[in-house]
Amino acid sequence: MPQEFRLILKNVDQAGYTSDMECYLRHGGYEALKKVLALAPKDLPDGKKMSPQEQVREDVKASGLRGRGGAGFSCGLKWSLVDRRSGKPIYLICNADESEPGTFKDRQIMHKDPHQLIEGMILSCWANDVKLAYLYIRGEMPEGARILNRALKEARAKGFLGKNILGSGYDLEIHVHRGAGAYICGEETGLIESLEGKRPYPRIKPPYFPAVLGLYQCPTIVNNVETLCHVKHIVNMGSAEYAKLGTPNNTGTRIVSLSGDVKRPGYFEIEVGKVTLGELINHDNFGQGLRDGRKLKAVIPGGSSAKVLKAGEVFKLNRKGADGQMAKVDVPLLDLPYDFDSLQQAGTMSGSSAVIVMDDSRDIVDCLANVSEFYAHESCGQCTPCREGSLWMSKALHRMTHGEGRKADADYLVKIASNIQGRTICAFGEACAWPVLSFVSKFRDEFEAKGAADEARTKVAGQSPEIKAAASTHR
Amino acid sequence: MTFTVPTPLEAEIDELITHYPQKRSASLMLLHALQEHFGWISKEAMEWTAAKLGLQPINVYELVTFYPMFRQEPLGKTHIKVCRTLSCALAGSADVRKHFCDKLGLDAHAHVPQTTPDGKFTVEFVECLASCGTAPVVLVNETLHEKVGTAQAAEIIAQGR
Ligand SMILES: Cc1cc2nc3c(=O)[nH]c(=O)nc-3n(C[C@H](O)[C@H](O)[C@H](O)COP(=O)(O)O)c2cc1C
Ligand code: SF4
Ligand code: FES
Repeated sequence: MPQEFRLILKNVDQAGYTSDMECYLRHGGYEALKKVLALAPKDLPDGKKMSPQEQVREDVKASGLRGRGGAGFSCGLKWSLVDRRSGKPIYLICNADESEPGTFKDRQIMHKDPHQLIEGMILSCWANDVKLAYLYIRGEMPEGARILNRALKEARAKGFLGKNILGSGYDLEIHVHRGAGAYICGEETGLIESLEGKRPYPRIKPPYFPAVLGLYQCPTIVNNVETLCHVKHIVNMGSAEYAKLGTPNNTGTRIVSLSGDVKRPGYFEIEVGKVTLGELINHDNFGQGLRDGRKLKAVIPGGSSAKVLKAGEVFKLNRKGADGQMAKVDVPLLDLPYDFDSLQQAGTMSGSSAVIVMDDSRDIVDCLANVSEFYAHESCGQCTPCREGSLWMSKALHRMTHGEGRKADADYLVKIASNIQGRTICAFGEACAWPVLSFVSKFRDEFEAKGAADEARTKVAGQSPEIKAAASTHR
Repeated sequence: MTFTVPTPLEAEIDELITHYPQKRSASLMLLHALQEHFGWISKEAMEWTAAKLGLQPINVYELVTFYPMFRQEPLGKTHIKVCRTLSCALAGSADVRKHFCDKLGLDAHAHVPQTTPDGKFTVEFVECLASCGTAPVVLVNETLHEKVGTAQAAEIIAQGR
């Protein structure tokens, strides 16, 4: 039976579990920190020694941990790319901007178990010789910022943070930094600019890879809240045990945010790849299915930037057969294992692991119009294709949802989206193009039917006054 | 009117500045602190911030005009932010916003924040508030309200009156 597997959320929502230090300590808190501080250098076969920090970095690499923020990039590999020879300080930033539509997992951790995040951050900082780190939390979470500040204060008082941590000689300071309502601050280089006190204009890569030229042009690690929490469990369990969770190349657990048209929306922590998309939506342990009498129409599987999937789709996935050979196998939508690789092979992504469900009562054009309005509002405006294109797409969709569609709009939308992706500074370009490309290609009939119906009506009515009025109030 | 920052607030701000190796980094935190105290960011507040951080006023002005949370005019005492984005929209957030607007005599079609003439309420649509599992959600000042229906909306209004 598909079940939740609570590693990160083990204590969250348990009766009597609170966000304060004493409670965390009673549940084994900060033991991982004590463990690493007691590590001795390891003798290598060639007579050299491996520092305790390097051992933890190797462990994180061996665990297979992949970033939980969006791109699913190997955490160990990211850490290994950090420029350690520059002589400049190394910074670490926890990305707590949680602003990808549909995502509400980091909120649970920060509000209900802040010390787990702080311990994960301290461990990650220690392993990477970081002396100063920031927790960049979105502006709309003032309560979260207060909880984290209180937790940091408690950690300082206990000697887990500050000068000479637990007598080890290691110094670290962590500060909370609040964003102010801009989605693009979630993009790591935009976040860095924002933390420098500027507009969050993403930087071009190359050369501005954070691992080399990040905060103040120094090597910088940016990791998501959930990713940093996993580091604590890797230290506690050891990489080999950790890697037994989940599936090969998709190790560990992951918190899925489920919302939209299901009976029981919520956050569910699963072993990566051990639960299918269909189980997340329909099983009693998860979403409990659609509302009575409703059928599935579409699913956005990884936050609003991910390409939409249509009910009934079948995908060709690489699977190892009984003979050990890789072969293409047909996998229907609802049987897709919820993991990084399967969703990628299905032409979309697990992104921020936010699943948004739409049932057959939904007008698909309305749904895309909603998503596109978000991107039109949030483009930072640096790149012309993104700034103009996101707005044009949103305007066309607004028109379509206000009775002024045209049959040619489907093609028009695809043309704009195709001209954005791949032509911008940051991945927001793809984030705004992919929903449009996927919605229109998979539901083309609905877009065209709507456009055609509007055209026919306008022709009969002439340019009706209502339509003119609607057009003039359109911003 | 001269712009003065009370001593305790300035002390808080001075402490915030110590969090960063470069003063400019403290800009957003300073603006938050000032907005929390004064309710909005005036031109004088921007100039004060710039002077405090050794910046030009434009360096601060460009932040206030970019980041949606900063306000260049006073808003209602009860600031109602209704989430507009997909999961909340599917759960009826457009109706929730319309309900607030109708009850408060505001224009439900306007795209910018709407403030009641008595300065008690501001209603606006904002983007995903990261609580989509309890849609529709509304952030009232600093408190998140979940699964908001008309009863809860009425309560929010009653409290702000
Ligand atoms: C437009 C855009 C928005 C993003 N928003 C977030 C976000 O809100 N939170 C997050 O952790 N990562 C976000 N990311 C991903 C970050 O750029 C970065 O990859 C991530 O924080 C790295 O952490 P991880 O490797 O631990 O996943 C966003 C990326 C893009 C392109
Ligand atoms: S792609 Fe869009 S959001 Fe990203 S830098 Fe360019 S304009 Fe800004
Ligand atoms: S869509 Fe409303 S909180 Fe996410």
